Amino acid sequence: MSNAINALTRSLNVFHLAGSACNNCDIEILDALTPKYDLERFGITLVGSIRHADVLLMSGIFNRKAAIRAQELIAQAPKPYLVIAIGGCPATGLMWRDSYNWERPPGDFVKIDAFVPGCPPKPEAMISAVVKVIEGLRSGELVPGCLHTSDTVAGDPALETAGGS
Amino acid sequence: MNGNMVIVEFLLFPGLLFTAIAGLLTAWVDRKVTAMVQMRVGPPLLQPFHDIRKLFVKETCVPEGGAIGLFLLAPLLGLAAVALASMILWRALLDVEATFVGDLIVLIYLFVMPALGVMLGSFASRNPLASIGGSREVKLMIAYELPMVLAILVPVIQAGSIRLGDLLTAQPPILSVSGVLALLVSIACMQAKLTIVPFDMPEAETELSGGALIEYSGPPLAMFKLTRAMMLFTLPILLLVLFFGGLLTGPVWQRWVIGFLVWFVLVAITIVLRNTTPRVRIDQAVRFFWGPVSVVALVAVVLAWAGW
Repeated sequence: MSNAINALTRSLNVFHLAGSACNNCDIEILDALTPKYDLERFGITLVGSIRHADVLLMSGIFNRKAAIRAQELIAQAPKPYLVIAIGGCPATGLMWRDSYNWERPPGDFVKIDAFVPGCPPKPEAMISAVVKVIEGLRSGELVPGCLHTSDTVAGDPALETAGGS
Repeated sequence: MNGNMVIVEFLLFPGLLFTAIAGLLTAWVDRKVTAMVQMRVGPPLLQPFHDIRKLFVKETCVPEGGAIGLFLLAPLLGLAAVALASMILWRALLDVEATFVGDLIVLIYLFVMPALGVMLGSFASRNPLASIGGSREVKLMIAYELPMVLAILVPVIQAGSIRLGDLLTAQPPILSVSGVLALLVSIACMQAKLTIVPFDMPEAETELSGGALIEYSGPPLAMFKLTRAMMLFTLPILLLVLFFGGLLTGPVWQRWVIGFLVWFVLVAITIVLRNTTPRVRIDQAVRFFWGPVSVVALVAVVLAWAGW
């Protein structure tokens, strides 16, 4: 395990990238940061700027316009960073799949390191995902997508966790 | 004292390394107490160290079209200044004779540097939100510097000297009416100098999403965070020296205990203020500092002159 990855796992700063989400995932993400779950115990804090971020949480569908913005934004993130898709929308599009503004899942334009399915996933599911991601990074099984040498986007989600309700 | 000794003192003790470690521990106290106020558990002891270590292994992004040299050098300005300020303060605390005439003036200038570094860095980054943050930092500094200097005048008038060693051996100003008023003014100014709530509008996480530091990543951001933590450690020591200096007498252990207690109370006041107040607007802050705070500071100076 490299020094950089070890340092990363001990202090994850989260940036929240909502692509026209219905707000349920957003609220559950904020729930995970409230005193009940208190993710600051593990050094996880929410930051306001993509330049300060180590983890990008993507929630909601990324329609034609949002997809361009998301790509521009992700290109500004300092490496190494992780991309975690929260909820069913970024994975499958759910009921917007056949909508006129739906173009493609975000997995097509960014390498997503972990999916947390659920509509919305519970905070427990997100914490479980974070634990699995940290364990995967430390054991070397998971290499952050931004550090992949090939240009192809990973086909399968690297890690998957049981969803919430 | 020869030149090598000064470099060692600047880099190790009581300069950069010591202040950085102590500052990060103070930052942990800040986060832990904040967590306790919010009925959370809070981060582990080494969390601020992990944060800094992680930032040092991250990529440094440079904004396109920004003034790159200035952008990368600005964080160093504040870091070097606060390390030097801490060194001067600690040398005076450890040995009253190891001070020079006018070191208080040097300290006032050194404590301006971190804010100056944030301003230069934000304007160099060519980001509109950073520019707003930088301009707010300028206005905030113009607001708090006047009452801060007036408050520092009170111990100077009482001791009749601008040498830290004389302030440390004089009658402590806190035992006089003017000293208490000046201390209250300094606590308000310290809050603004640290740019923490209620005077954190240059950053305004929820409004400017990082504000002045929005474009910074990796090692330069780590240096800004380190500077911030070191200021949180050093500024209360400045107030300790200015207003409680004469209380630090007796055997060594007694001096350390009194010094630590006073320092901790000052830090605790800062943290509690930060957790119990909302952010004010920049015009409200300027009105606050140029209005009531400056008036109280002026009254304190006049009282000090009258011998109160």
